Amino acid sequence: MTRPLTGPRVRRRVDALHVYTLLLIGWLLLPIAVMVLFGFNDVQGKQNVRWEGFTLKWYAHLFDRSDLTRALVTSLAIALASTAVTTVLGTCAGLALARHRFRGRRAADLLLFMAIACPELVMGASLLSMFVTIGVPRGPLTILAAHVMFSIAFVTVTVRARAIGLDPAVGEAARDLGAGPWTRFRLVTLPMIRPGVAAGALLAFVLSVDDFVVTSFTGGATVTFPLWVYGSTRTGTPPQVNVMGTLIFAAGALIAIGSARRTFRRAGRPDDRGDT
Amino acid sequence: MGRGRFAPYLMVLPAGLWLLAFFLIPLSFMISLSLQTGNLIDGFQQTLHWRNYTEGLNTYGETFARSLWYGFLATVACIVLGYPAAYWIAFRAGHRQSTYLLLILLPYFVSFVLRTVAWRQVLSDHGPLLGPLRDHGLVPEGFRVLDTGFAVVSGLAYNFLPFMVLPIYVALRRIDPRTVEAARDLYAGRAQAFGRVVLPLSLPGVFAGAILTFVPASADFVTAEVLGGPGDTMIGNVIRAEYFESGAYPVASALSFTLTAILLVAIFGYARTLGTRNVLEAAR
Repeated sequence: MTRPLTGPRVRRRVDALHVYTLLLIGWLLLPIAVMVLFGFNDVQGKQNVRWEGFTLKWYAHLFDRSDLTRALVTSLAIALASTAVTTVLGTCAGLALARHRFRGRRAADLLLFMAIACPELVMGASLLSMFVTIGVPRGPLTILAAHVMFSIAFVTVTVRARAIGLDPAVGEAARDLGAGPWTRFRLVTLPMIRPGVAAGALLAFVLSVDDFVVTSFTGGATVTFPLWVYGSTRTGTPPQVNVMGTLIFAAGALIAIGSARRTFRRAGRPDDRGDT
Repeated sequence: MGRGRFAPYLMVLPAGLWLLAFFLIPLSFMISLSLQTGNLIDGFQQTLHWRNYTEGLNTYGETFARSLWYGFLATVACIVLGYPAAYWIAFRAGHRQSTYLLLILLPYFVSFVLRTVAWRQVLSDHGPLLGPLRDHGLVPEGFRVLDTGFAVVSGLAYNFLPFMVLPIYVALRRIDPRTVEAARDLYAGRAQAFGRVVLPLSLPGVFAGAILTFVPASADFVTAEVLGGPGDTMIGNVIRAEYFESGAYPVASALSFTLTAILLVAIFGYARTLGTRNVLEAAR
């Protein structure tokens, strides 16, 4: 693609915007750097605010705080379950919306839009209102129901975006060759939409593991990792939290970089979004 | 083909029922609860009183206004901060576009709460930013960033920036470079080509980003709780306190529904004029 703007004056402007973008990224990464750094801080008291020397002991004693470890395990378990349920429901809905014209499609669009645009506070408050009114005890299951609820729209939209560009002739060819609906889905459709499903699943996992607002309304006495961290801000957040944050960040970053490289290599053209 | 006709319904049904049971029906419970009276010990009765609404608005009108104001400021900050970066990535980053987008998204692999707590550390009175300045006497004695409205707005802008950058980036990528070339061929200057071709064509992305930023930012309470002082409370903090500290469920529900109504007016006003497509596409 040729750039319409060339010449020495333009070059300088390009560089200025480039520098700006790098500065912005630096600003975005600043608190992350502080979080990583203070995971190595040799804290003596309760407050992990001032630099007191380098140590690796928090990595060695990562699971010393049993309640923090339990919160992390709870978070991961709920996120895995939520991802599994959401991926199945969202993939089905996304496929149907991409392929079929049917009565109620516009209503489905509106519902998805509402679920994405609705603030978490309102979702949490209304779920709490319902659970209080009909007397449902709050715990891991109510958290799971809520997490699936706020992730479904994102997975549906992601899968639909991927499925909308597919050629229906491929599926018809499979039917002509005698493949039943399930075989067609497993051997033809699923491999074609897999990147969309994978992206949706990753999104669902991240949304669930990260969620604080809805969980605080629907969790009752159940404490997840974000809730534990939030609670610890009053008494002093232990360095183990920084270490766990660092490890989660590293894992997420590696997965994202890996998948970005893969899609990049496969697509070749980053600007082709495959939508209509 | 009887089965084929029902197939799409069967495929949408599970997700639809889930959203019905845990999204739409709870909203109606919230509305119902907001019209009840009573207390935690004796229980609540449906009395269809509007009092919760009038009282809530009278007591917390200022907090509502502050939330919307902070949300607005954070949205403007996101547009100002995010647009140039989205522009550079979309038009000048070449084959490194996905790398730069990833770099912008990278911080969001750290949990929302943890990120905000880390900001508290960065902005604290003796933290890495203010500490050295203070030691050299470069800031006035009582100067602080933490526990101010500025800290809350900058925290909100930080937390919701990608929701602005991504839609703008998508809108900019859609622009056919030939339209810009055509403008240049017709003797438009660089600024003119931007102002009359690129900017108008990217506005749907800006609008989508504005909704995706403004709505969660005005309803947020974590940022104000962690970074703000007692004078920077947002409506989310009040609602949370009414639910969990006072147990005043009807008042809390009335406040939540008022917030919902205000935001719904904003969202539907937006959807009517500009359509929902941009937001749905930006969300993925």
